[in-house]
Amino acid sequence: MVPLSWYLILAAALFSVGLFGALSRRNAVAILLGIELMLNAVNINLAAFWRYGNVTDMAGQVFAIIVFAVAAAEVAVGLALVISVYRQRNTIIADDIDILKW
Amino acid sequence: MTAEKIIFLVVAFFTLGSGVMVVTTRHLIHAALWLIAALFGVAVIFALLDAGFLAVVQVVVYIGAIAILFIFAVMLTRRELRDQGRQMNRYWWLGAAISVVTFVGLYFLLQGWNGLSKTVSDIPSGFDAVGELGNALISPNAYVLPFEVASVLLVAALVGAVYVAFNRK
Repeated sequence: MVPLSWYLILAAALFSVGLFGALSRRNAVAILLGIELMLNAVNINLAAFWRYGNVTDMAGQVFAIIVFAVAAAEVAVGLALVISVYRQRNTIIADDIDILKW
Repeated sequence: MTAEKIIFLVVAFFTLGSGVMVVTTRHLIHAALWLIAALFGVAVIFALLDAGFLAVVQVVVYIGAIAILFIFAVMLTRRELRDQGRQMNRYWWLGAAISVVTFVGLYFLLQGWNGLSKTVSDIPSGFDAVGELGNALISPNAYVLPFEVASVLLVAALVGAVYVAFNRK
């Protein structure tokens, strides 16, 4: 069986890759793609701790499912905002969406 | 080196490689397709962890709904897909530095944690993980409240998304 540390290091690496995407991309949709990677890294951690901890305690899987629901909500609202902004200002470059910056 | 370790390493490198392609590729539609590859890798990781229900939900919800939503959003904002121009912002080196620091910090934090070398115990025979999960989600002395709160959050977010994206013209 694979040691727990391998799963945790994979999750940490995937989280860091997603963090880089969320911080560095100019396109608003690409930023949301980075956030999805970060949420998946968290889910790997939750499932790994469920399996390596007490298997009869389902907390890890329950909260992984709640993370799924939150991810779906986040992506629906985020993409709706992106499409709305694109319709009004004809851009989805995050640097150009600055009307709140005064 | 057991077969399981080899499978884990192959899937882990596939997932990480796909993740790196998601954040670096120029074409946004390719980034969305690489995201699907990364999500499949995570589904295989769930299957390796004996979390079969999570693996199925990952494929159905993440790949079947969220990734398709991304592809639609990319197509609806098509004009920004042009290849010219930078894909990274001015401070991308700062973002890279923060990510590397995060990874190194997490790595050393894990090294100092005494539960890291924990070995896995076998699942007791006759243990129905999916049934237990269903019971835990609706049992009042388990997780019915977080489950209902997540449901309300999802409904509110979807109604809000329809309102925000609605075309009033």
